[in-house]
Amino acid sequence: MTTFIQATIAGLSLASIYALLALGFVIIYKAMQVVSFAHPAVMLFGAYMVSWFAVERELGFITAVILGAVAAGFLGWLSERLVISPMIGKPLFSIAILTIGLDIVIRTPINNLIGLDIRGVGAPWGFNSWTVGGAVLPHRSVAMIVTAVVITALLMLFFRYTRVGLAMRATAIDQEVALAQGIDVRRIFALAWMMAGAMAAVAGMFAASDLAGLTQSSYIVGIKALPAIVVGGLDSINGAIVGALVIGLAEAYTATYQSGAAPWLGSNFSQVVPYVVLLAVLLVKPHGLFGSAEVERV
Amino acid sequence: MKGRPSLFTRYESDSAMLPTTTQRVWLVVGLIIVAGAAIWLPRDWLILIATSFIASVGVIGLNLVTGYAGQVSLGHAFFLGVGAYAGAAFGGEATDGLIGFGLDILIWVPLAGLTAAVIGAAIAPIAARLKGLYLAFLTLGLVFLGEHIFREWDSITGGPGVGRKPGILTLGGWRFDIDGQIGGYAVTREQQIYWLAFIVLIIMALAAKNIVRSRIGRAFAAVRDRDIAAEVMGIDLTRYKVLAFAVSSFYAGVAGSLLFTITGFVNPASFNLLLSFTYIAMVVIGGAASITGSIMGATFLTLLPRIIDGVGGVLPFLEVSSQGMMSTSQLERIVFGALIIAFLIFEPRGLNGIWLRLRTYWKAWPFSY
Repeated sequence: MTTFIQATIAGLSLASIYALLALGFVIIYKAMQVVSFAHPAVMLFGAYMVSWFAVERELGFITAVILGAVAAGFLGWLSERLVISPMIGKPLFSIAILTIGLDIVIRTPINNLIGLDIRGVGAPWGFNSWTVGGAVLPHRSVAMIVTAVVITALLMLFFRYTRVGLAMRATAIDQEVALAQGIDVRRIFALAWMMAGAMAAVAGMFAASDLAGLTQSSYIVGIKALPAIVVGGLDSINGAIVGALVIGLAEAYTATYQSGAAPWLGSNFSQVVPYVVLLAVLLVKPHGLFGSAEVERV
Repeated sequence: MKGRPSLFTRYESDSAMLPTTTQRVWLVVGLIIVAGAAIWLPRDWLILIATSFIASVGVIGLNLVTGYAGQVSLGHAFFLGVGAYAGAAFGGEATDGLIGFGLDILIWVPLAGLTAAVIGAAIAPIAARLKGLYLAFLTLGLVFLGEHIFREWDSITGGPGVGRKPGILTLGGWRFDIDGQIGGYAVTREQQIYWLAFIVLIIMALAAKNIVRSRIGRAFAAVRDRDIAAEVMGIDLTRYKVLAFAVSSFYAGVAGSLLFTITGFVNPASFNLLLSFTYIAMVVIGGAASITGSIMGATFLTLLPRIIDGVGGVLPFLEVSSQGMMSTSQLERIVFGALIIAFLIFEPRGLNGIWLRLRTYWKAWPFSY
């Protein structure tokens, strides 16, 4: 039982990272029907900036996270302005492939900056933990889960109750009609990329706050958030959260139980479980669990 | 119709591979030049160009499924891997725990292609249900699963860090991978591999060209342009999507099986997402839905590192040591990414599009309008 609780805690921590990333993906997708393969690179950039502000500039952790989020948001905005907006109206695949190019352009210099040293992000919770009824509850997990829940709740409130949130929802439903209502759609696009970038920075910071620290392969975490949005359905905010939970928990349970239950699957199988879940879900539901099916008219 | 080469009165001549005599002559001349170049090209260039020939085969495969049939596949690296290991298993040596049958090249290269095609066809029915980006994600998942399988299946792949040798290039006792003599002339290993790769490319490119100008190719294009309209016209969507994946995987399998015979070593870590991205980039930069473009894209991106190396000495911010702002390999990556972006924004038809535009311009010169 303790093992199970332990695995659940680990799964929820992972899910909180995936949720922050998945929400970014979905916000961008809903705004302009683009899936940004550059999102993991933006995440890496954000995490690097947090690490730089916190460890090298010694600005204090909270300030560093805010500055890192702003920097990543700015990068998101910049990439939207420079390379995505000229492509509006082009086929979706072209834009998706374009973001692959963007990913390579962003990630290469960041990898160069990260280098091979181990970098922390200066997280104040360190590696301490509480023990609750036999189960170890790391401070890091608590911080991650609480932050993810708070950000998600704020996001929901923002979409529900603010004018800008309403404008974003309107744009997601129909860009032209939104434009006709006086909504500056281009500004909504930019805002979507900024919000996604900022959340990715927080997610990246969390991903890099474990024992391994910020490395070039922290990028993998960002790629693993893709199954989360596909499982949930590309255009569903709630789906993104459910997808993140499914993927995070599946990964953590596999990491805990697979070596005992099915060792023939090989070591590190948990790392590819997100993709197994992805295949399984797409096999049954081609539009994810909560994605809206395309309406076909002849 | 002498003197009016662009006037076609029959469908056959309109869809002919080489409609004019000039094109036929130039093709033959070009083939002879490329084949003959092997005699005086230095070794490293031979290797590079042979690699680009084999990469071209893989890119043609990806272009068939993505460019012609419109099904975006990020899983090409997986099929290349399947081909590489099927080739290694059928054509390689059996050594310490590794499976290998040491067959003839005429058998193991097609077998590698077939293995990949069968796996492609097995996955295709799932893929055929999916549309657009969901398909891209499915194939992306395939790459990661494939990487895991390649890492774990030691008896085929040798495992991570160890790897194995690819299939042996032996044809009826003749070895392409050791220096030999043809009719008294000494030929190096590199020259033989170059010619072998060239012949494979010619065969595969001709086959692809014929596929795309047949009923199948027209069905692919119809599915790509508007799947509902294609269905209304009586095209069986699932059948053609499965066919597209199978053919594409066959090409990937053949390319994968040969790609590593040049370096003589297959590493399970090679078949990652970046490899898929590279092939997608070759399609985009070369020109989607074009066989010539596929070859151009593959050649250009394979030679790109070499070009940058050449330019690298001139650029002040580059340094070979770690003191410089970035190394040439990093610059190479950035140029590679920037090229994808630039081509998609400014020239979506790729290098082939540029070539066609140039040709049309000079055809009508000086009346370019």
